Amino acid sequence: MPWRGLPTTVLRTPGVNSVRYYLRLPRMLFRAAISIGSKSLPMSFPLSRRAMLGAAAFSALPFAHAQFRVDVSGVGLTQLPFSVAPFKGNEGAPQDLAAIVRADLERSGQFRHVTPIVGTLLDETSVPDLAPWRERVTDVLLTGSVARLADGRYDVRFRLWDVVRAKDLGAMSLPVAAADLRLAAHRMADYVYEKLTGDKGVFSTRLAYVTKSGVNYNLWVADADGENAQAAFTSTEPIISPAWSPTGSHLAYVSFESRKPVIYSQEVATSRRRLVANFKGSNSAPAWMPDGKRMLATLTLDGGSQIYSIDTASGSHTRLTQSGSIDTEPTVDSAGKTVYFVSDRGGAPQVYRMPASGGAPERVTFAGGYNISPALSPDGRWLAYVSRVGGAFKLQLMELASGTVTALTDTAADESPSFSPNSKLVIYATRVQGREALMTTTLDGRIKTRLAGARGDIREPDWGPFVP
Amino acid sequence: MKHHSFGQQAASSFKSVALSVALAALLSACGSNVKLDEVPVSDRSGVAVNAADANANAGANQGSSGRSVPTAVADETALGQPPASVARVIYFDYDSYLVRPEFATTLEAHAQFLKADAKRRVILQGHTDERGGREYNLALGQKRAEAVRRQLGILGVSEAQQEAVSFGKEKPAVLGSDEASLAKNRRVELTYR
Repeated sequence: MPWRGLPTTVLRTPGVNSVRYYLRLPRMLFRAAISIGSKSLPMSFPLSRRAMLGAAAFSALPFAHAQFRVDVSGVGLTQLPFSVAPFKGNEGAPQDLAAIVRADLERSGQFRHVTPIVGTLLDETSVPDLAPWRERVTDVLLTGSVARLADGRYDVRFRLWDVVRAKDLGAMSLPVAAADLRLAAHRMADYVYEKLTGDKGVFSTRLAYVTKSGVNYNLWVADADGENAQAAFTSTEPIISPAWSPTGSHLAYVSFESRKPVIYSQEVATSRRRLVANFKGSNSAPAWMPDGKRMLATLTLDGGSQIYSIDTASGSHTRLTQSGSIDTEPTVDSAGKTVYFVSDRGGAPQVYRMPASGGAPERVTFAGGYNISPALSPDGRWLAYVSRVGGAFKLQLMELASGTVTALTDTAADESPSFSPNSKLVIYATRVQGREALMTTTLDGRIKTRLAGARGDIREPDWGPFVP
Repeated sequence: MKHHSFGQQAASSFKSVALSVALAALLSACGSNVKLDEVPVSDRSGVAVNAADANANAGANQGSSGRSVPTAVADETALGQPPASVARVIYFDYDSYLVRPEFATTLEAHAQFLKADAKRRVILQGHTDERGGREYNLALGQKRAEAVRRQLGILGVSEAQQEAVSFGKEKPAVLGSDEASLAKNRRVELTYR
C-alpha cells in the first residue's frame, strides 16, 4: 500500500514473501536547525534563523522543554502491547530511533511497550522466529537499522511484524538528513499506529504555542512530542492566537509590538512575515480559510469587534457579521462552508455558526451562560469550546450531530482548544497546580498528557496540519 | 515666547490679563492651591494621582487643576500632556464596559486638553482582568476603550484625535487574583504620544 501522497517504489525481495516499499521523504525546508530537544546535545540556536530575525534580542537561549508526560487516567483501557527492537547501527547516529518510536506510541496511551528479549540483534532484513515474542505477549515487533550514506545522510529502514499472525506488515526505507532523524522515527511511529488502529498518526505533526518568560514572549514551533522547539518570533510585547495555515507553510499570529494588536502571517521555513491586518483599533483572532488565501479575523475599524474576511495578498476586507455586539473567534470547517464564532448578541458570549459567505447566524451552545473559543475537528464531527461553569473555565466537547456535550477536564482555567489533524486529540492551555501548562486529551477524556513550561508560562497552542 | 510688534503687544497683554483672571476664578472655584506654572507638564511625581488614589478619592482630586491647560508651556510646538494631577486610568466593573459617573470629571479634563489642540491624539487602551479567554477579553477591553471614546466624543473631542485599542488580559497593571487586584486591571488607560 503506497504511503499516501508520496512517490513509492515497490520491490520484491527474492526468498521472502513480502513486499518492500521504498520511500523518499520530501525535503523538509524548516529542518535547517539543529535539534535542541535532546539532553545530550548542547543547546544552540540556528544561525540562519538568528540572522533573519536581525534586531530581535536573543539574550536568552530558547529553552528545551521536557516531553509531554502521559497521564493515563482511564480505567480498564485496552492497550496494544508492542515491542521495538534496538535499531542495528544506531550507535552511529545522533538519535535513538527505537526510543523515540517507543515514547511516541506509549504517549498515545493506546500502546504498552514490552521490553525486547535481551540480546536481540535484529534489523529489517531479519526474518525472526516469532514464537519467543508471542510468549512475551507482544502483538507487534518493529525492527530496523540506520546506516550513514555517502552523502552524509542516514538511511533509516524498518520492518513491522504481526507477532500473533506471523505476518509481515511492511517495510520502508527513509533516507534523511541528521536533522530529520527524529522525524523519521515519528514517521515510523505513525506507520505502526495506523497499521494497528486504522487511524492516521499525528506523531510527525507540529505544534505552535507561546511562552512568556519575564518580559520576553516567544512563539514556538515544536514537534508534537514537545521536542525540537524553535522560536519563530520573539518580542517584548505579547503574542497571542497563533494559527497554522492549511498546509502548514505559514503561521498567522497577533502581535502587540506596535502597542496595539496587529495580525501578521509568517512563512515558517524562512521566518519572513507580512502584515495582514493593521486597521484602526484592534486586529485579532486570525483563522485561515481552507484555500490558504483568505483569512477570517476580528477587526474593530467600523467600531466594535466584528468578523471580516481578509484577502491575504491584497489586504481587502469584507465584513461578515452585522451586529452591534461582540462577534469574534471565527473558525471555519474543513470544507470552508460554515463559520463558527463567538457572539454576545444574546447578552452573554455563546457559540454561533453562519454560512461562510455571511448570513443569518444560528446559535450552537445553549448550556451555560458563557461559552467561548470554538474549535472544530477536521472530520466535522466535534466542536470543542470553553465554558465558564461556576467561575471555572472548563473545556467541553459537543458532538455536533446530536448536540450532546461532555466535560473533558478536571482543571479550572482551560483555554484555546485545538484539534489534532486526525480529529482524535484536543490540545489546550490550562493551569496545573498554579502553573500554566499545555495538555492533550483524547475525546473521551481518559488519556491526557501534559507539557509544563520549562521556564515561565506556556499558552496559546495550535496544532499543525498533516505534513504531506 | 512670541515676539509681537508694539501695537500687538498691548492687545496680547490685555488677553493675558483676562486669561489670568479667568484662570484665577476657576482655580479658586475648585479650591486648588496648586499654582499652574509650578506644575511641570510631563512630571507625574509631585501631586500625581496614582491609580489607587484615583479610585479612592473619586471626587476629591478630580476638581483640581484639571480644568485649564497650562499656559506656562514655553515651547508652543510641543503637544504636551494633560496636567499630572489628571488621572490617566478609568476603572470598570466585572464583565462591564459602563463608564462609572465618578470618572466624569477625569474625562472632562482630557476632553479639554484634546480640544485645545487638534493635533493632540489620545490612545485609549482597554484592558480586562485575567479571567476568561484571551480573544473574548480582547473584545471586552475594546468595548471599554470605545465606551470611553464615545464619552469623549460627547464632550466634543473629534474621532480623528482618538484611537481605541485593546490589550485584553495581556497587560495587567497589578498581579494577583484577589478581587482588589482584579479590579485594578479592569481599566482603560488614556495615553498620549
